[in-house]
Amino acid sequence: MAWQRKILRVNLTEGTCTPEPLNMEWAAQYLGQRGLATKYFVEEVDATVDPLSPDNKMIMATGPLTGTIASTGGRYSVITKGPLTGAIACSNSGGYFGAEMKFAGWDMIIFEGKADAPVYLYLEDDEAELLSADAIWGKTTWDTEAWIHTQHQDPQIRISSIGPAGENGVTYACIVNDLHRAAGRSGVGTVMGSKNLKAVAIRGTQGVRTVKDPSRFMEATTAAKKVLADNAVTGQGLPTYGTQVLMNVINETGALPTRNHRDVQFEGAGKISGEAMHEPRASDGKPNLVTNAACFACTIACGRVSRLDKNHFTVKNKPEYWGASGGLEYENAWALGAATGTDDLEALTYANFLCNAYGMDPITFGTTLGAAMELKEIGALDGVETGDDLVFGSAQALADLVEKTGKGEGFGVELGLGSKLLCDKYGHPDLSMSVKGQEFPAYDSRGIQGMGLAYATSNRGACHLRGYTVASEVLGIPVKTDPHATEGKAELVKAFQDATAAFDSAGICLFTSFAWTLADVAPQVDAACEGEWSVENLGELGERIWNLEREFNLRAGLTAKDDTLPKRLLTEAAKTGPAKGLVNKLGEMLPEYYQLRGWSEDGVPTDETLKRLGL
Amino acid sequence: MQRSLVLDPKKCTGCMQCEMACSLENEGYVVPARSRIRVFAFHDEGRYAPFTCTQCSEAWCLHACPVEAITIDASTGAKVVHDTVCVGCKVCTIACPFGTINYASNSGKVIKCDLCGGEPACAHACPTGAITYQDADQTGLDRMRRWAGESLSSATAQ
Repeated sequence: MAWQRKILRVNLTEGTCTPEPLNMEWAAQYLGQRGLATKYFVEEVDATVDPLSPDNKMIMATGPLTGTIASTGGRYSVITKGPLTGAIACSNSGGYFGAEMKFAGWDMIIFEGKADAPVYLYLEDDEAELLSADAIWGKTTWDTEAWIHTQHQDPQIRISSIGPAGENGVTYACIVNDLHRAAGRSGVGTVMGSKNLKAVAIRGTQGVRTVKDPSRFMEATTAAKKVLADNAVTGQGLPTYGTQVLMNVINETGALPTRNHRDVQFEGAGKISGEAMHEPRASDGKPNLVTNAACFACTIACGRVSRLDKNHFTVKNKPEYWGASGGLEYENAWALGAATGTDDLEALTYANFLCNAYGMDPITFGTTLGAAMELKEIGALDGVETGDDLVFGSAQALADLVEKTGKGEGFGVELGLGSKLLCDKYGHPDLSMSVKGQEFPAYDSRGIQGMGLAYATSNRGACHLRGYTVASEVLGIPVKTDPHATEGKAELVKAFQDATAAFDSAGICLFTSFAWTLADVAPQVDAACEGEWSVENLGELGERIWNLEREFNLRAGLTAKDDTLPKRLLTEAAKTGPAKGLVNKLGEMLPEYYQLRGWSEDGVPTDETLKRLGL
Repeated sequence: MQRSLVLDPKKCTGCMQCEMACSLENEGYVVPARSRIRVFAFHDEGRYAPFTCTQCSEAWCLHACPVEAITIDASTGAKVVHDTVCVGCKVCTIACPFGTINYASNSGKVIKCDLCGGEPACAHACPTGAITYQDADQTGLDRMRRWAGESLSSATAQ
């Protein structure tokens, strides 16, 4: 039982912190993290709740393998109802914070209500208290971490916090931990801000002593680490280039959404790629990339750490951004770069630093900026004070507006709406490249058909981390399928969605799934946890979680009509590359998908399905 | 042959597998707060560095101990704390110039690296080779080889 069997309930309205035993019956059904916290959430919160009201709750949850020696066992997730989507929100982060929560003796923390004034939770093993955050309200996540370390005279405290974006109501604010790791999507930081909760600071010295069968666990984790080390993606590609290994690959596939999805290939892809981050700069002879870095327990180490050229226009008089920090991952490089048509690697890195410091999701920020650039180009923003540079390809606009959005100034306030509300407001709802209000990540579903179905049916809005069929359709993992075909994609999407939910509930990183299947995960979970965790049981667990989330979304008012894609992807064909002439053929896949899921034609799980899954 | 832990910060990714392995070996469960080896992040420089006891020949901790709780393991050269003798006075923690011997409030004793009796768990766990266990008399061998290689290429260039 690698659970600590203990959760902390923090009532912000009352100012109380109360320990509770973990519901082990639910743990046996939902494992941990994403699954278990979603179970708690749907049991405790009315699905129609206003995401930014005190009645919404926010759960920070670890998995049973978090804080164990299993590779990548350092993850935690934030579960709430998201303001960007009105659907279940579940954002996952690495770094060191999740393991620290576990070492302090807790499986999860449930936040409810709203504090009268800004507070932060300080948790030192069993001791929990809410302290005033007046001194740090308005500060960046970077300054917040430094202040807390100084205040408590303890550099070993691990911290998750929101920046000014989360305080200002940017709809896609994230929660940043360890300076540059983030529970990034769906506006979980906006919910945290609405509760007047600035930060969670944890110091844990109790450790994890609850692994069920330590010697079997050691064998299983050692074997699984070898699988990661021997795999070309997790052993070589990711450590060398990070997820940025994908920039050139996806561009060549003709699936790199460019300039608000007008194009599927970006002429500047090479300049913002993982390879480019290794090249010495013309200006100072140093490469953008300083080193790769690992999250807690991770033997892959895909993280990018970068340093800007001090003379670049973005940071010329800003020494606070001269140090090394979290560099460009593929999604960020794409959203800040290709989606806005910008190929200045340094400007992208700067924008990424600011997204971390101000606490906002770079995917939604970049794609919203891209949408604004298109709105401007077609004249929809005439008379709006946007600044002169709001054109595709402008690094100046990117640099100016990332700061203004974080600070809630000028046109940045409009960008803080996210693309859906922005495009609605200015009369062009079709120009928001989103599903259920959440913007697409970096794969164009005209060139990778299965991703269209994965996006349309994702329980948290458009997302690559709910069913990454790119692995199969482009990379050939576990088997190669034709990215332009729709046949068999319903089954593929379902399989990826279910397996992903199991990975996300264990406390490990989804990137292990480039090398691991559930057959590698099961022996680790089974040696750590009570119960029988076979491949079959984990697969069913994933399906149970998927349906639990779906049921919540249906109760929240979403319907099958929301399982769709923007008109552009369904009607405007890709102009170049291998997918030239193709649109996404969602209609060919969706009915089959509903059928495979055991849902009605309206996308509602049948009684039989719910019964089969114990729901 | 006596061996030493050789730490190469350039290879460290900050994954903390060493801290987990160390605490598992010495405390019986995963508790990085009690690890004898620690990894430090130098965030602004984008660097990580593991650090632990270097097993000084004339060890300050050993000489400072008023109750002779620290002795030398003849087979490994490690300076080992004997819990049954240690009174938790912490004088050794003051004497050590490197900060690598520390008090543990849960046991009331001090803890330090003892090379795990000759099979250090940290080196075994490190996935990148940032921590290795090599011939104590030849810890500079890798760097010598690198410089030798450079001298070779410059000689070839001439």
